[in-house]
Amino acid sequence: MELAFSPEELAFRDEVRAFVREGMPPAIRAKAAVDGNFDMHEIMEWHKVLYRKGWVAPHWPKELGGPGLDTARRFILVEELELAGAPHLSPFGLSMVGPLIIQFGTDAQKQRYLPKILAGEEVWCQGYSEPNSGSDLASLRCRAEDDGKGSFVVNGQKTWTTYAQYDDWIFCLVRTDASAKKQAGISFLLIDLKTPGVTVKPFLTTGGTPAFCETFFDNVVVPRENLVGPLNGGWTLAKALLGHERTMIAAVGQSARAIRRVKRIASETRLGAGTVLDDPGFRAKIARLEIKLRSLQMANYRAIAGAQLGKAPGPESSILKLRGSEILQQAFELAMEVMGENSLTWFNEAGVVPPFEQWVPSAFNYLRATTIYGGSNEIQKNIIAKMILGLG
Amino acid sequence: MNFDLSDDQRMLVETVASFVKKQSPVTRLRGLREDAVGWQPAVWQQLGELGLLGVMFPESVGGMGGSFVDAALIIEQLGTTLVPEPVIPALVAGSAIMAAGSAEQQRRWVAPLVEGKSVLTLAHSEAATRFATDAVATRATRAGAGWRLDGDKRWVLAGHAADAVVVSAQTDAGLALFVVPRDSKGVEVQAVKTMDGAHAAMLGLRGVEVGADKMLGEPGAAAQAALEQALDVGAAATCAEGYGIMRTALWMTVEYLRTREQFGVKIGTFQALQHRAVDMFVECELGKSMMLLAALTVSEGAAAPARQSAVSAAKVQLAQSGRYVTQQAIQLHGGIGVTDEHDIGLYFKRMHVLCTLFGDEEFHLTRFARLPGFTEGVSAS
Repeated sequence: MELAFSPEELAFRDEVRAFVREGMPPAIRAKAAVDGNFDMHEIMEWHKVLYRKGWVAPHWPKELGGPGLDTARRFILVEELELAGAPHLSPFGLSMVGPLIIQFGTDAQKQRYLPKILAGEEVWCQGYSEPNSGSDLASLRCRAEDDGKGSFVVNGQKTWTTYAQYDDWIFCLVRTDASAKKQAGISFLLIDLKTPGVTVKPFLTTGGTPAFCETFFDNVVVPRENLVGPLNGGWTLAKALLGHERTMIAAVGQSARAIRRVKRIASETRLGAGTVLDDPGFRAKIARLEIKLRSLQMANYRAIAGAQLGKAPGPESSILKLRGSEILQQAFELAMEVMGENSLTWFNEAGVVPPFEQWVPSAFNYLRATTIYGGSNEIQKNIIAKMILGLG
Repeated sequence: MNFDLSDDQRMLVETVASFVKKQSPVTRLRGLREDAVGWQPAVWQQLGELGLLGVMFPESVGGMGGSFVDAALIIEQLGTTLVPEPVIPALVAGSAIMAAGSAEQQRRWVAPLVEGKSVLTLAHSEAATRFATDAVATRATRAGAGWRLDGDKRWVLAGHAADAVVVSAQTDAGLALFVVPRDSKGVEVQAVKTMDGAHAAMLGLRGVEVGADKMLGEPGAAAQAALEQALDVGAAATCAEGYGIMRTALWMTVEYLRTREQFGVKIGTFQALQHRAVDMFVECELGKSMMLLAALTVSEGAAAPARQSAVSAAKVQLAQSGRYVTQQAIQLHGGIGVTDEHDIGLYFKRMHVLCTLFGDEEFHLTRFARLPGFTEGVSAS
């Protein structure tokens, strides 16, 4: 058992730091230093920078375009990028549909989709939830019917298709057998968003950002070769994906930066003769949250060290999602508290509040989603109760 | 970075697990609660013979030259059945001697401990110290070639029956550590009981005269650093035992939920109780993560600020997780959980003791927030 990194691993960390110093475009660097609120264009610009370096998909196998890093180096890479405030890449291709295609796809599918995901030439979104199928995902009704001519015809609606307005492809769970037991009649289908009959309608989140979309399918013709895994075998893929998604949304680095921001705001917010950061009460609150994060970070290290390359994490990764989502919310809640009346601000012009406070109220609202998406925390608890504790 | 047990560590864990299961079920603690000593010297010696008391000490004192992680793995297992022998106090006192004492002092005091032939403990707490090392009122003054000790130490774990006690005392040149045999003239021992069924002592030091060879190293910064390190060993050890307790309390509770019937069904089918059990599981996993962080940091000999940061964080997490898990364990057991007859209450009590020893939640939270690392990098966020 060993906590420390080896000299070789530390050298790799220096390499990552040097790359971030030299390779991060100035406009992105400037935003990272202030509010870290990147638009889709900046996210994709950074995606391509990492792609050229070969680091865009640290967890992919080497033969499919991954960098061939071991667990510790993958971890170092991800952590250093987070700490540098680099944009979060869109996870839907790299961390979700990509690993599923690697695990369940045909060779032809791997060759068709994976290189474009890596290069950032095709951007993906997720078509799972429907207006009447949230936590009870298996009740989904969006249907795909075999037209007998080598294609499916898709009809229905998906929702919470995050950033679909900027995307090229959507991976969907669709009903392919209405007569089977609900989990048994679902398939996993890849759909080109430019196909006639697809309509994407963005709508605002409580954070005031157009992150969500409704996506409608009206007689959309999808080639049969876009089916991943067996017909009516989509639920297996859905479950495997939930495992990938849960580790990803532990969001340790994001929370670490959020807590650092809380401290910065506290160090620049006056309180009497000193600052909020000098106040023992506030300091203890921040310390308590930081310790919670450290526990999660250690749990995450353990999960990462334990997970083998290309293998989906087990149900114990649910705890990472549970705690990670709560901590991220609490970090922004604390930031709001430290800001005091500045926390009332809502999309005012620059200068009304300090730049690093500007996006906090929006995030404070939007991040209520973290305990809901990826399987709500209550659903995660049902999974742990059944799979780990054997209750039910 | 690697969190897998080595083959040796796996064997060690199996040895201890088998020992506690076969030779020290919880009934042994029950039987010793009213005993004047509270543990069995024969079992202490057995722990020594199995090598369990020497894993973290070097070969120069007969130890196995292992690491504190090995000790933590042992202590975690001992926690699962509440083994009453005073392993944590002995390791803390041994650590202080190893950190501050000469090679001769190390051999004289730690070697018999490693063999299970003597019990050592630390006498540091006083009425006004409240877990810190900078408010010791016990005085050590020169007396001929040796020293004279005066003061009152409280809640000295196993102090009623330990062979020797490591005492912290103030000199004109700063804090100093002394090894004081319990039968020294002027040592007043008032045996007291602690909530967990163990025993401790209120120690009065009334002009206790000890030779110069009983002082560990020199007074001053080095002695204070040795004391702080030993206290952190103790704090990290409580996290390890605390995890053993949490894990046991969780699975006892899950078993109860699977078997207890009310309203014609197993109560484990109720979602409200399932989710509570899951919250307990989550706390256990976090507690385990932090006990590993503390143990590894202590083991790898980190510099004081890094060690204090890790240990304090782990101790705060223990307070959060340990309290939650044992409280909810009682709640989910219902009325039976509040009877002395049921074991779950014993785990609850021991957890309170562990949360308090070597710095409670408030102490460690404050220490954590005052470390230089706490505000590092803030201006660059």
